[in-house]
Amino acid sequence: MHKVYHRIERIAGSVITVKADGVAYQELAQVTSPQGVSLARVIRIDKEMVDLQVFAGARGITTDSQVRFIGKPMEIPFSDSLLGRVFTGSGIPRDNGPLIEENPIQIGGPSVNPAKRIIPRNMVRTGIPMIDVFNTLVVSQKLPIFSIAGEPYNQLLARIALQAEVDVIVLGGMGLKHDDYLYLRDFLEQNGALSRSVMFVHTASDPIVECLLVPDAALAVAEQFAIKGKNVLVLLTDMTNFADAMKEIAITMEQIPSNRGYPGDLYSQLASRYEKAVDFDTAGSITILAVTTMPGDDVTHPVPDNTGYITEGQFYLRKGRIEPFGSLSRLKQQVNGSTRSDHRTIMNTMIQLYASFKETIEKQSMGFRMSTWDQKLLRYGVRFEKEMMDLSVNIPLEKALDLGWIILSDCFEPEETGIPSKMINEYWPKKG
Amino acid sequence: MASIGKITGVNGNLIRVAFVGAVAQNEVAYAKLPSGIKLKSEVIRIRGDYAELQVFEDTTGLKAGDDVEFTGELLSVELGPGLLGQVFDGLQNPLPRLAEECGFFLQRGKYLNALERDQKWAFTPVAKVGDKLTAGETLGTVPEGIFKHRIMVPFKVRKTVTVEKIMPAGDYTVEDVIAILKDADGNTVEAKIMQIWPVKIPIKQYSERMRPSEPMVTQQRIIDTFFPVARGGTYCIPGPFGAGKTVLQQLTSRYADVDIVILAACGERAGEVVETLREFPELNDPRTGKSLMERTLIICNTSSMPVAAREASVYTGVTLAEYYRQMGLNVLLLADSTSRWAQALREMSGRLEEIPGEEAFPAYLESVIASFYERGGVVRLKDGSIGSVTIGGSVSPAGGNFEEPVTQATLKVVGAFHGLSRERSDQRRFPAINPMDSWSKYEGIINEQKVQEARHILAMGIDVNQMMKVVGEEGTSMEDFITYLKSEYLDSVYLQQDAYHDIDAACSADRQQYLFDKVYEILKTAMTFKEKENARGFFLKLTQITKDWNRVEFKSKEFKELEEQIFKSVAEVATNA
Ligand SMILES: Nc1ncnc2c1ncn2[C@@H]1O[C@H](COP(=O)(O)OP(=O)(O)O)[C@@H](O)[C@H]1O
Ligand SMILES: [Mg+2]
Repeated sequence: MHKVYHRIERIAGSVITVKADGVAYQELAQVTSPQGVSLARVIRIDKEMVDLQVFAGARGITTDSQVRFIGKPMEIPFSDSLLGRVFTGSGIPRDNGPLIEENPIQIGGPSVNPAKRIIPRNMVRTGIPMIDVFNTLVVSQKLPIFSIAGEPYNQLLARIALQAEVDVIVLGGMGLKHDDYLYLRDFLEQNGALSRSVMFVHTASDPIVECLLVPDAALAVAEQFAIKGKNVLVLLTDMTNFADAMKEIAITMEQIPSNRGYPGDLYSQLASRYEKAVDFDTAGSITILAVTTMPGDDVTHPVPDNTGYITEGQFYLRKGRIEPFGSLSRLKQQVNGSTRSDHRTIMNTMIQLYASFKETIEKQSMGFRMSTWDQKLLRYGVRFEKEMMDLSVNIPLEKALDLGWIILSDCFEPEETGIPSKMINEYWPKKG
Repeated sequence: MASIGKITGVNGNLIRVAFVGAVAQNEVAYAKLPSGIKLKSEVIRIRGDYAELQVFEDTTGLKAGDDVEFTGELLSVELGPGLLGQVFDGLQNPLPRLAEECGFFLQRGKYLNALERDQKWAFTPVAKVGDKLTAGETLGTVPEGIFKHRIMVPFKVRKTVTVEKIMPAGDYTVEDVIAILKDADGNTVEAKIMQIWPVKIPIKQYSERMRPSEPMVTQQRIIDTFFPVARGGTYCIPGPFGAGKTVLQQLTSRYADVDIVILAACGERAGEVVETLREFPELNDPRTGKSLMERTLIICNTSSMPVAAREASVYTGVTLAEYYRQMGLNVLLLADSTSRWAQALREMSGRLEEIPGEEAFPAYLESVIASFYERGGVVRLKDGSIGSVTIGGSVSPAGGNFEEPVTQATLKVVGAFHGLSRERSDQRRFPAINPMDSWSKYEGIINEQKVQEARHILAMGIDVNQMMKVVGEEGTSMEDFITYLKSEYLDSVYLQQDAYHDIDAACSADRQQYLFDKVYEILKTAMTFKEKENARGFFLKLTQITKDWNRVEFKSKEFKELEEQIFKSVAEVATNA
């Protein structure tokens, strides 16, 4: 007894309004117009007036298009057969593979009971010293990559996905350039990782509402895998496109914007996605890495700003490198005390010295005289950038720590580093 | 009689309900899903024959025409023994018990009693038959962990009542009646171990409110020495993300010199609550030797939990704090972050289509914030004992810019401002409280005159540093250079504190006084150096040893040795040496 309506009262942006009764909030409907068939969901009910957000957009919808309510909210199929497949945000295959309909699960489901979470305790190895040594990524962490357009963030994501020892990779693409989508897919495929991956992809040319569905679909699927005991890595790129899609829709809904046009609930909306990252007591985990491009390289822009308040740190990608300043893994303390006894020492010392190097560079550029100490710092900085920061460096944590000692001992005397003598005795390379 | 209504509109977590009968502002109602699940809601606006309600849950599936049952009661909490050590959501549902029943995920429409109904408490009567008492006066006590939990004349009692009957010592459940009270008009009131109180109404069953004058030692040097907080005072910690608001609150919740700590995790990360949740039971409170959890209560409405319950969570927190204050205890309420609650108000206000104020926050934001912080305070109870509620709220300003409505509204009402700066946190100078912008109206634990001098040195050091950026070290006089090094020294060894070090993480009041005197002495020592390079080298080393000094047990053998070493090296550079 699904109700069908043939009169659309209002069309604005991707939102249509019909007069209907007995319709539930968030219920799905099928909208059939000369443009074809699209799903839509109820986003507001005001007496008999029902607003629906049309996934394919309202373009071409006529006032006599057909709206058929299907009596349930948005769901996505879930099974192991999702692995290796690519879908749109609404779960339609975009890889010419068969439609999957089994075991539908709700998207945007309830939040995990905090009492069922555990303190994260496992490191995710990436082979990238700027991460492993200086800002260790931790299982169940949610971390954005703050980047300006044009930086190789998708390459970085793909590389981390490949090196991280996870059971399942779920990739959510939002507003992806088609080339980037193909790059990511091919990269996973060529490296044999596609068979443990599921992709939900919205490209820049797809309807905007579908962009909104991508993170929810990706995270709902990730959650199911995690409940089954899998360690899942979710990659989201680019969350700024997601936020912009929300902004666009909020504006067509005539909501009062709070900050640069973004809706007042931007924080809550982003948080409800990011908070899906979890380490379950007695089951698997979800780790989220999400690209957030910063319009105008401005962290105080509402999207990176709200994101930073939600996530457990951030990586800044700038000039093809992960910046040591500003980048932060808030969970690193949980793991870097139990990797190797010199981990924290190397981390702190090398960063402090690099900061001094930056100051020296500044002094140098202002024409001040360079002392012997400055000269040492200059040598150190160059090596640090080349041997540690460069993204092409790919070595395990232990090798990176060893390398740290070598660089330090090549550039400084032990006491100049401020490292406690106990550590020096144990690790400082003996010259000979 | 409670009224009923029908839903006419759904917009996110706001529903519009046509009702018959009487409905009160802030009354609780339940919206019924076709499946029978009832979603808790609160009336937030009434217009003619319809009311608007915020639903504390996801509203997916609600329809126009669905039933709404009003309860006739305001949003309330249960007060009684057994609250401490618990972890509640914003509506006072115990999360661990919810997890036992529902598993990994929160289930909407599932509500549990805050207090266990079958647990027995050993009641000892204090009042006697014939005693004339008023609301908040003690009828008896039960032991709750390390505290003597007072069972009081229900707060809602308006007049003097006479004790008609009081139960003898024995074990009772929270629902057992332990006294029968009668007022002058002959109305009887049954007092149980537990009582119910609406969260938005302050508990004021005391005889007078006093000026907060006693310091609440947090064991963070920069706070206790430079920007102290008083028991019963209020303070705020605004700062951009990653500047250290949460870590600072976590440290305070561990080390603050109070009886009870209530943590209201409001709209922030779940993971941070989990840290407290999992670590506190393992940690000992040095004051009592018992687990820290025994003095802690967590209200947890993290960012992905229902937005409308954020507001409820801070009120639930402060109401529970006031309740324990009524027992003559010092309670600290820490809310992280008040901005999330303000944003929840903004979301609601937007859906109500109210005329927006600055950054779309509602025009009443200021008064709401002010009346929340007003609930802090030191009071003299009716029996003469003193209790306090201290409130510390973090603020998360958009873009880290303090010129925004929530920070500004908060600054108008609090007694101390601990402004965290991005610059300091980037330099890993923790706690990243900006020593130049922050302020406190409370008295601290160190002689104010000396603190002023120390502040002055910091300010001068910053000036010299600014100047040096232009003229270089060569263009700076030796005297200025030394001032700069001294201010950096003060910053490194006193303002900064290592949160992750067993000993340095907390610095007792005694130790602060001791350390401050010594550092002050060094700052006041005139020094002579040949070259700036020598001066720099000297202070580098001095800083290192002083930091080591901070990291050893107070007054231990090592402590004394390091102190000697410090003063020996200072003597070597002192001008008159
Ligand atoms: N007092 C401190 N000592 C050492 N590190 C700190 C301190 N405060 C903050 N940090 C560092 O900064 C990070 C962010 O702190 P946090 O309190 O979570 O920031 P906020 O709540 O302001 O976003 C922490 O994960 C930690 O690495
Ligand atoms: Mg925080």
